[in-house]
Amino acid sequence: MHNPLLEFTDKGIYCAAAGVYLDPWKPVDKAIISHGHADHSRWGHKKYITHHRNLPIVKHRLGDVVIAGKKWGETFTINGVKFSLHPAGHIIGSSQIRVEYKGEVWVFTGDYKLEDDGVATPYENVKCHTFITECTFGLPAFLWTPQQEVFKDINQWWAENKANGQTSVLFGYSLGKAQRLLKHLDPSIGKIYTHGAVENMTQVLRSLVHFPKTELITRDTKKENIKGNIVIAPPSAHGSTWIRKMTPFVTASASGWMAFRGARRRRAIDKGFVLSDHCDWPDLLKAIKDTGASKIICTHGYTEIFSKYLRELGYDARTEETQYEGELAEPNTSETLKTEVE
Amino acid sequence: MKKFARLIKTLDSTNKTNIKVQALATYFTQANDADKVWTIAILSHRRPPRPVNTTLLREWAAELANIPLWLFEESYHIVGDLAETIALVVPAGEKPTLKSLTTFLKEMIALKPKEEADKKAYLFENWSQLNYYERFVFTKLITGGFRIGVSQKLMTRALSKATGIDEDVLAYKLMGNWDPDTISFQDLVLEEKESDYLSKPYPFYLAYAVEDGVASLGDVSQWSVEHKWDGIRCQVILRKNELFVWSRGEELVTDKYPEFQRFVGCIPNGTVLDGELLPYPNGELGSFNDLQTRIGRKTLSKNLLTKTPVILKAYDLLEWEGKDIRHLPFVERREILERLFSSKAGILNTVMESLPLLLSHRMDFDSWEAVAQERNLSREKRSEGLMLKRKDSPYQVGRKKGDWWKWKVAPLTIDAVLTYAMRGHGRRSNLFTDYTFALWQKNEAGEKELVTFAKAYSGLTDKEFREVDAWIKKHTLERFGPVRSVTPHHVFEIAFEGIAFSKRHKSGVATRFPRILRWRKDKKMEEANTLADLKALIPTPSIPGKESLQQ
Repeated sequence: MHNPLLEFTDKGIYCAAAGVYLDPWKPVDKAIISHGHADHSRWGHKKYITHHRNLPIVKHRLGDVVIAGKKWGETFTINGVKFSLHPAGHIIGSSQIRVEYKGEVWVFTGDYKLEDDGVATPYENVKCHTFITECTFGLPAFLWTPQQEVFKDINQWWAENKANGQTSVLFGYSLGKAQRLLKHLDPSIGKIYTHGAVENMTQVLRSLVHFPKTELITRDTKKENIKGNIVIAPPSAHGSTWIRKMTPFVTASASGWMAFRGARRRRAIDKGFVLSDHCDWPDLLKAIKDTGASKIICTHGYTEIFSKYLRELGYDARTEETQYEGELAEPNTSETLKTEVE
Repeated sequence: MKKFARLIKTLDSTNKTNIKVQALATYFTQANDADKVWTIAILSHRRPPRPVNTTLLREWAAELANIPLWLFEESYHIVGDLAETIALVVPAGEKPTLKSLTTFLKEMIALKPKEEADKKAYLFENWSQLNYYERFVFTKLITGGFRIGVSQKLMTRALSKATGIDEDVLAYKLMGNWDPDTISFQDLVLEEKESDYLSKPYPFYLAYAVEDGVASLGDVSQWSVEHKWDGIRCQVILRKNELFVWSRGEELVTDKYPEFQRFVGCIPNGTVLDGELLPYPNGELGSFNDLQTRIGRKTLSKNLLTKTPVILKAYDLLEWEGKDIRHLPFVERREILERLFSSKAGILNTVMESLPLLLSHRMDFDSWEAVAQERNLSREKRSEGLMLKRKDSPYQVGRKKGDWWKWKVAPLTIDAVLTYAMRGHGRRSNLFTDYTFALWQKNEAGEKELVTFAKAYSGLTDKEFREVDAWIKKHTLERFGPVRSVTPHHVFEIAFEGIAFSKRHKSGVATRFPRILRWRKDKKMEEANTLADLKALIPTPSIPGKESLQQ
């Protein structure tokens, strides 16, 4: 038995043949990065390789690092191991990492979703032998509605609040969710204000995608001007003193967790929109089936339950410990961890 | 059903009482009468019996969702609510329903005696047609209890708002046995009956806790001292040969405590007593643990009534000879009350003696030091501490500062090891927040082992809960359905109000209201307390013999 092509070590997912790590969580010499969220692209590696659309994000978050950008599908070879990046559809610049060596193909998804959100490059199915997949929402209780319907609800909610003289405060991660919301808000209803964390990240991404105009809330922003409009803020802003400026306001969260009544009530949010940048249950199963892989490794989410089910379906499936979110921590913690760098 | 589902959704998405009352009041003005009656029934725990048991519900939901049963069960443990899990996993239906709430409930009643195959067909049809939220509400109607923070009191308030009928009158109208399937809204709610006003209680006067020490209360001779009994605060009303028992939640509990029916004919009409309902097993004052067997029990077996009878320890008199006497000074009200207990009351003394009624003794002291010494005896006397009442105070309304104070003894505490954890419900679903704690004990071989002694699920901040939750997920030893055993490691200081020997508990000890006081990160698990330490806290009663009813 030769060593597996990718191994799970205490530093991250390691390709020994190439001497390269994928999304490592401890500092290494060479890292291939799937996407810009903080639990996947960490500080302290000597050299970074990622998709070129992820470059501005990594530079914004980690500063001046040694980094190379690749195109979709462009093959680069390290010590005879062939690597290429393929769209994961999770956020702008998010990729699956394909690894090929001596005819054997592995794909590591990072985080992904199948639905085209209009912002990230849509997910591409990549055939492989071993598929390393996340399963954040790997339970049959998760079933998303198409985003057009969700955005119809969000815009209607905003318009109703405005009619009631209230400001709408909408929470979403500052990288990814915030831009997806922004892209689909209806600017004819009113103005779109932003929290600093959201504004900074959005400015970085304006070079890649067109977004409606936003206005940063500063100390000088007049309270009367905000009234009736919408404010996009990271989840960590909920319950902060910053939010008082929006009074009278109503809050909403856009997240996959909002599928659970308990999650919304726990966070004392007025309204929950079920909108996720991860696959729901049917999409996870579809993605896995379409890769043609027989070996499945589950990295984060409801891993034990999901891999057990995959084994019942006949896959050779197992779970590996990683530091990508762990087993579904309290939503607030993991979401804050992801992007709140400012 | 559409309106009802929308109502439940509104009630479920807010913590604000005003919004809930408003939503309910609006519903009560818009819904048809039959639906209103059913809504009142559902919100006051009068749902029809379950037509299908939950085992079948789970099996059928898994079948319709095309997933194995174990996967349904795992999802249920995480979602934390059966009806919600079913609504989430079965494939989405699209049709909002045109059937009324009453139609659904009548169908469910008719379903109960039917064959399994018919029941399955009925569920499959509705599950696959209704849209998500209606499917959830539909399944909830079958499984029971909406956990949406609507008490009977809140519902009564909304109904009062919608009808203009006094809240207390409504509370009386809604008590007892009525069948939502046959009674009309007119008969249940609207029709005026003279008897409605007989039961009317007075608002309770509630005390604040002493915070800055008792010295600031001034001259001790102005104060009357009593023990603070650990039971259920109650008002007992006798008017026109009828008895009404109201608990502090302003809930009518007359049916739950039939012992007090014997007051009728013995205590004169036009009397309202304020006192504590207490357990009285074997002719002596029991612990709150004993009372637990009576609370929430709807059907009372003879056995239970013999084993755990209750008594009323009266401490105040609010109405006498049909007159409201709340304005009189406390000591004057007490004098009349005490006369009721003496033979001069004009009641047959022998009957009076055998009634389940005791007087809460009033004490006068020369110094606050002496009061403090009496307070130290609280646990032995099975009280929670002392009540301090200003002698010249009237009986006020609600929680008011100044005339009445409660001076409780400090809780008992012990350091214990976290051994099991379970996911919470409602706003805590998907989070491990319900913990089991253990203490050390030497087994027969002389080795130290941990013995479970209490469960607690409050006392930590949300942040601490998240931290413990994350730790539990990484240190799980075994899973037993929703419960996980964890590596014994963390020590928590557990506080509790009372303690008693118990045969029902593995440790042999029952604690009252255990909760987490703090996370002792500074302590290693070896430093946690032993079961012997806990047992040493059990008080030995200082009162010789029994406290007799014939005092």
